[in-house]
Order: sequence, then C-alpha cells, then structure tokens
Amino acid sequence: MNPFDYIRPASIDEAVAAASEPGSAYLAAGTNLLDLMKGGAMRPTRLVDITHLPSLNAIERDNDGGARVGALVKNSDLAYDDKFARDFPAVAEALLSGASPQLRNAATVGGNLMQRTRCAYFYDTASACNRRVPGAGCDARDGLNANHAVLGWSDACIATNPSDFCVALAALDAVVEIAGREGRREVALTDFHLLPGDTPQDETALAPGELIVGVRLPGEAATLAWHSRYLKVRERTSYAFALVSAAAALAIDDAGTITDARIALGGVAAKPWRARAAEAGLIGEKANVEAFAAAGRAAFAEAAPSGDNAYKIRLGQNIVARVLARAAAGTPHELPALPASPFATAHGELAHV
Amino acid sequence: MSLSIQVKLNGESRAIDLDDPRVTLLDLLRERLELTGTKKGCDRGQCGACTVLVDGRRVNACLTLAASIDGATVETIEGVADGPALHPVQQAFIDHDGFQCGYCTPGQIMSAIGLLREARVHGDPERVREQMSGNLCRCGAYAGIVEAVLEAERITVDQRKRGAA
Repeated sequence: MNPFDYIRPASIDEAVAAASEPGSAYLAAGTNLLDLMKGGAMRPTRLVDITHLPSLNAIERDNDGGARVGALVKNSDLAYDDKFARDFPAVAEALLSGASPQLRNAATVGGNLMQRTRCAYFYDTASACNRRVPGAGCDARDGLNANHAVLGWSDACIATNPSDFCVALAALDAVVEIAGREGRREVALTDFHLLPGDTPQDETALAPGELIVGVRLPGEAATLAWHSRYLKVRERTSYAFALVSAAAALAIDDAGTITDARIALGGVAAKPWRARAAEAGLIGEKANVEAFAAAGRAAFAEAAPSGDNAYKIRLGQNIVARVLARAAAGTPHELPALPASPFATAHGELAHV
Repeated sequence: MSLSIQVKLNGESRAIDLDDPRVTLLDLLRERLELTGTKKGCDRGQCGACTVLVDGRRVNACLTLAASIDGATVETIEGVADGPALHPVQQAFIDHDGFQCGYCTPGQIMSAIGLLREARVHGDPERVREQMSGNLCRCGAYAGIVEAVLEAERITVDQRKRGAA
C-alpha cells in the first residue's frame, strides 16, 4: 500500500473541502478501497475518513411511503430493517445476495455505489487497463472475458459493475443525494454510473470532491412491494459476484393484467442496466410465461458478446423471465435461506433456469 | 505522522499509538499487540480467517483500517473464553470436529459468535451454510462446522431462555 495522509473531517463541508484536493479518496468501510490499495490498483495520497461524520447513518421514511437512506448505513442494517425490507423487498434481497456477512456488516450504502469493477485486468497492475490507466489498452478484450459485458460496452472497456444493491435501486427509480462545493444536488441512480465509451476512467457522475450523502427511494416504489424480487446466477451458491442478475417489480390488477413493470439487470454492463423497452412491452399484458419470455428477449435485444460471453445473453433472457415469474407469484413473507438464488425454489415454481 | 486511537479490546480500554495510517486492524492485533489468535489468510477479505467483532458485529479485520475504528469495541478469539471455561462455540467446534489444521478456526468461531448474536439461523443448516459463507476452510471441515454452529445455537437459545425465566 502506498503512503497516504489520513484525515478525519468533522463535517460534510470539511470532508468535501479535504477531498477536493487532487489524489484524495473518501474512506467509508474500505472493503473495496483497501483491497484495491493493497494490490496497487488505487494509490490515493490522501484518505478522507467519513465514518465518524454525524447524520449519515439514518434510515428515514417520508409521508408518501418513500425512504431516505444515509450514505453510511451498513448493508446488513438496511437489509434487516423490517420496515424497509417490507416496503422494498427486492432491495433487501439484492443486498443479502451480495458479499459475505462480514462484508455486509461493514460495507455502506455510499460505498456500494462507488465500488469498482471486479475485472481482473483492472485489479492486476501488470495488465493493460484503460479504466485504471487511460490509453493503456484493454487486456480483457483478448483475455479471460467470460464474465464481461454484453450491453453498453466499448472497444476501450468491457468491464461490468459488480453491485447487486444498485440493480434493485435502478429498477425502483432511486435517486442519489450528493454534497459538493456548490451545495447539494441529486442524480437518478440510472444516470449515476457511466458507460465506458472512449473514457472508461470516468465511472460516475461525481465531480472531484463530491460526496454521496444518501439514497432516496420514491414512495411509488413501495407500492410494488407485493411483487418484487431479485434473482442472481453466480458460479457458486454464496459469496460470489453475479454472472447475470435481475431485479423485477410488478403491479398486477385483479384481472391478472400487468399495470406497472420495473426490470434492471446486473453483471451485464458497466452500470446497472434498466430494461425500459422490456418494461413497456409488459404493460397491459397478462402476467404469464409467454409475456415474461418476451420481456427477456426484449431486455437483451441490443446485446452483443464482448468476448467469450455469448452465453450471458441467453442466460440473461431466462433470468429476466424467471425473476418476473417469481415477482408475479408474490413476494415471500420471509426471504429464503439463500436470497436471490435460483436454487431456493418456492412451491410450484419452474425448476430450470 | 502520529495517530492515536482509543479502543475497548476484549473488555480492556486501550490507548494505542499508530506509527503509520496504513495499519489494518488485523496487523494492529497481530504485529503491534501480539494477539496472534486472529489469523491472516488472504489479507483481501475473501477467506474470513481474520474475522473479529467490532462493536459486536463480525467484520474482516484485514479490510478495516485501524485508524478508522477509534472509539470502537473489539473482541478477538483471545477474549471469548471465561478463564479456563471455553465459550460454547469453542466447545461445540471440539465436540463436532469443526476443524482439521485449525488455521481458519479462530475466524470461524468469531464468525459463528457473531452469527449467533444476529439470531437468524433458527436451527436451519442451510441458513448456517449461507451465513458462514464468508469463512473458508481449506481442510473442508464444513460438515462439522455446520453441526457445531447448530449445537452452539441450541445451547445459546437454552441459556437465553433460562436467563429470561
């Protein structure tokens, strides 16, 4: 790890001022940052420790059913908050499908939004990576790329965003609250992470020094709580990043007709991928397997393999159809032992992915 | 640059001077405080051998910057036994052969203690496996570990009931 100055600001304003200096990085739990620093993939010269800042730890509810979650709320505290999990079950399920209990106890809401890609070439300082060193090239293009992007990638970068939490947030129109030198502003979560284009080093909408202070979920998202799930396929049953994942939320009327639909995908792009065309195609349709299969095809209509990963397109289509079927069947009262797992089947559910 | 932190470590208040802000909680325990029960496996948050409790919750000490836990309560494997009497989780690991080489065991035990405090297992082995997935055992003693955690949960629940009665 490179040497750095350690700064512990007493206020958000102090934090923003300190982190506006070149070479600075915010430290929350550090579960991703310290890992990257140990490997040399990140070399900040100043860490601004925000963990002792007051007022960023609350889970608040507003009058129209929405929620505001402080940036320092731990992943496990949010997922196990009964009221939050009841109203935003796909978010809780996504959180509990990610990482390990130890990491969920430490990792924060803001940190989850800021986590870097898990592309091995980004981590390996001996490899060429345009995201880590602009203009260096991309060793993933001709390397081991079975886990890489099939949507929104560019010649410069085919990395994926690893977050589960952000996928559910993207589906539910979450908003990111940001503090900066110019004051506060808000960015839709779907606009927060950037696609690589020719500048994969630009990963988020944050300007230098800007700090995530919270995430808001609109009250409308809570109205979808009865039909809201997250599904994640990974290479082992637990404690692994998604190959492909999907969040889905539905509103279904008494006649079985879909009146609202939300779908977002994980593991397939450099950002959590909102599948709006697939959502639009579901409105007015009956909630059945044909409609869900069509939504799966629509979600990946623009997909293309970036390497040895064409399998993700077929897998993703099936994941979308399956998570919609789960959402339509109803949110369970208690999450299964293996949250979001295709192997945690409910009674009557089709048992193939 | 000199940094000073205050922690409550295994029940004892300690003022600790850090000679370098890069020190992780794991290296602080092992290299500075000679508490070598907490093990360094991967040092990257993947294996769980360094699991300790910070403010009562299990975390990876290798990914925790020591400077940032100023004011926290830390519990390590050295602090869990009551004199010569083993913690129920320690005894259960012995009774159920929850280890072979033993290197991952302090982390497994601290993770299990954290898990039992979280109280979400309810006797379900599938939930134990999922909730212990942050602790790898290269000897493959998982079957014994799951049995040990379930046994420790039964004992802990019984103790709580007796305490409440």
